Amino acid sequence: MYLASSRETGRRPDGTAARSGGTPAARSRVAGPVFALGAVSLVTDISSEMVTAVLPLYFVVGLGLNPLQFGFLDGLHNGVTALVRLAGGHAADRRQCHKLVAGGGYALSALSRLGLLLAGSSTGGIGAALTADRVGKGVRTAPRDALISLSSPPEALGRSFGVHRAMDTTGALLGPLAAFALLWATAEAYDAVFVVSFCVGLLGVLLFWALVPGRGSPELGRTAAGPGPPPLRAVLCLLGNRRFARLLCAASVLGAVTVGDAFVYLLLQRRLGFATSWFPLLPLGTAAVFLLLAVPLGRLADRTGRRIPYLYGHGALLAVYLLLLGPVGGWPLLCGALLLHGAFYAATDGVLMALAAPALPVGQQAGGMALLQTGQALGRLLAAVGFGAAWTLWGAHTALVLASAHLAAVLVPAALLLRPHARTGGRAPVPDEPEERPC
Amino acid sequence: MLSLRVRIAALGAATAVLATVAVVYTVRAADSRARTATASSAFGLHGAQPRLLFRSTRDGTGEGRVAWMPGRGGARRTTGGPACDRFHAAGGTALCLQRRPGLPLRSYAVVLDERLRETRRIPLDGIPSRARVSASGRMLSWTLFAAGDSYNQSSFSTRTGILDARTGHLVKNIESIPLTLGGRRYHSPDVNYWGVTFAADDNRFYATVSTKGATHLVEGDRAKWAARALRENAECPSLSPDGHRLAFKKKVRDGGRAPWRLYVLDLRSMRERPLAERRGVDDQALWLDARQVAYALPGEDGRTSDIWSVRADGSGAPRLRVRDGSSPALVRPGRSRPAVTVDADQRGERTVR
Repeated sequence: MYLASSRETGRRPDGTAARSGGTPAARSRVAGPVFALGAVSLVTDISSEMVTAVLPLYFVVGLGLNPLQFGFLDGLHNGVTALVRLAGGHAADRRQCHKLVAGGGYALSALSRLGLLLAGSSTGGIGAALTADRVGKGVRTAPRDALISLSSPPEALGRSFGVHRAMDTTGALLGPLAAFALLWATAEAYDAVFVVSFCVGLLGVLLFWALVPGRGSPELGRTAAGPGPPPLRAVLCLLGNRRFARLLCAASVLGAVTVGDAFVYLLLQRRLGFATSWFPLLPLGTAAVFLLLAVPLGRLADRTGRRIPYLYGHGALLAVYLLLLGPVGGWPLLCGALLLHGAFYAATDGVLMALAAPALPVGQQAGGMALLQTGQALGRLLAAVGFGAAWTLWGAHTALVLASAHLAAVLVPAALLLRPHARTGGRAPVPDEPEERPC
Repeated sequence: MLSLRVRIAALGAATAVLATVAVVYTVRAADSRARTATASSAFGLHGAQPRLLFRSTRDGTGEGRVAWMPGRGGARRTTGGPACDRFHAAGGTALCLQRRPGLPLRSYAVVLDERLRETRRIPLDGIPSRARVSASGRMLSWTLFAAGDSYNQSSFSTRTGILDARTGHLVKNIESIPLTLGGRRYHSPDVNYWGVTFAADDNRFYATVSTKGATHLVEGDRAKWAARALRENAECPSLSPDGHRLAFKKKVRDGGRAPWRLYVLDLRSMRERPLAERRGVDDQALWLDARQVAYALPGEDGRTSDIWSVRADGSGAPRLRVRDGSSPALVRPGRSRPAVTVDADQRGERTVR
């Protein structure tokens, strides 16, 4: 399927794809590897969300741990993930072995389920298993996104990432359902959840091995000629790329005004006053909207230029904050907030990668995406800490007013940072030019 | 690279193997956990002799149900009580916290009379953590762990309720009680209470409050509906029968599975003393009499939980009381509380302070 569209787009001798001008035929197709990666992510997310959903219950009910004690199991992961992500991205670029690095990440996460099973009630063992899972996730994310971008025609990047994110989110929705069905069927045998999760995770690894193209495959349309630069030079080189640096700056700053999902759900719960036991259902609402809108908004991004949905997506987030501050309550508030929150994810998550791909040299796709994801994650970490502090000091309302003001203030400079390259004259809807400057 | 056809065939075979493993494991797990629930109609709180009631964690029939053994010792357990995750009984009233399976996390607080017949059932959010009945059987209190209360999604908070079994007055969450901390009225949205213990007047009570990362021991007055912090780092208090001492768990290090040690605080001098139990205890202690406390610990050799006792003055050594048990409650014959000493091990001081 993809081979047809790659012929349409044409190939230059140096291996980079030439822009075809976005014929309708090319736009309507999604490459086979993208579906394969989507299927792998779907299966892997079922496996990992199964465990995530039951973990608190397993600690408290299954192991009898005091839940006020296990905050420490969670704390150490953020820092580890950021470093590992960068390392994974650069390793993949350096040897052009995206498949190997991403596959290793998938395998490590799958094996961590067995670790959880063997750890029993040892908190050290559980901590090690959870860390292995996060390391696996951190390592694989950037090379996987690079594989998506490398196997997609440049003018269909938004759609490809949309398809991938929709399949990924489907897995995230199915995982908890599968886990609770298993717990119900086995009268709460947590070990059965871990074993099934391991089997599903292993299936994901096998799917990845069998269906995703590796180095040198013709399906990976754009591949670099030689090995990439060493890590430090690669980072400096990426930061020296003005187009990418502006994107990184915009994503990080916008990340720093994005209060965490948990805050949004908690504020909703407070406004609506429903029993906190229904709290876990709120993320499902957001995920369902994300899943439905990911493909249409990805296609829209391909047509209008990707910065437009990315900025409007953050506008949707601002609308969520304003809804939470406003007078509307009850069902309209709940539905409106979840709809806008899901739209925010659909318009920004995959779209950011689609924005990044053309800005990155072909040999530095994974490293660049890792850097971008890390910048955004660090921004969000900062936002969570700041918002939590503001909440404690001045209360939820004031904290939310501040967050809204900051987001609104940042949107304009972000739009300026993301404005199209001078050579396109700022006139959308010309698709983004692939970056070809070698490093 | 192998041809696509070979890869797909291998994938199909692997899928079949993995599906078989998953299904077989799940079915076997489901079979081994099927319980037979037989309730004995003759099972009650009181007998001719003091009884040590507890939640039996022994595999097989009666797992997760309340059982009893003679208070004076002996290995024979009588099973067949109600199924509870946490249990306590005193003064002719029993409190049984039952978790409802599945999501969302919800539980029942079930109030039982002396024949263990249900008199009231209160639906609650969360997972059972502590249950306590006052000596008279009038005041019932419980703590549950509830998720999703805080903006830190992975963290749990506690919800503590109090029920006056005589009037039926119920406070589902005592967080709204005016709190004095450091001599000043204290306001913070992050206060969490747990581990209530009532005095003999059924009005004064002690509990733990946590806020801004620290825990404080508080003394509460139910009639005035006010609480004040007494000191830091004293969790899950349990008031002695004489009303002057509190057994509690004190956090002695960070991290680990149970970073607490058992201590006893003299409320008149506010002096604390560590008990001879050197392992980490995560339980609300139970006074068996004026001189010793019982508590649950994770069992050795893979057992879920055992009940131990140790002298309350810091001397002696811990003694294993019940294998495969948790949630101990000592019930004496009749409604009154005669000064029966129940321990066979009566060497040493006999004076009751």
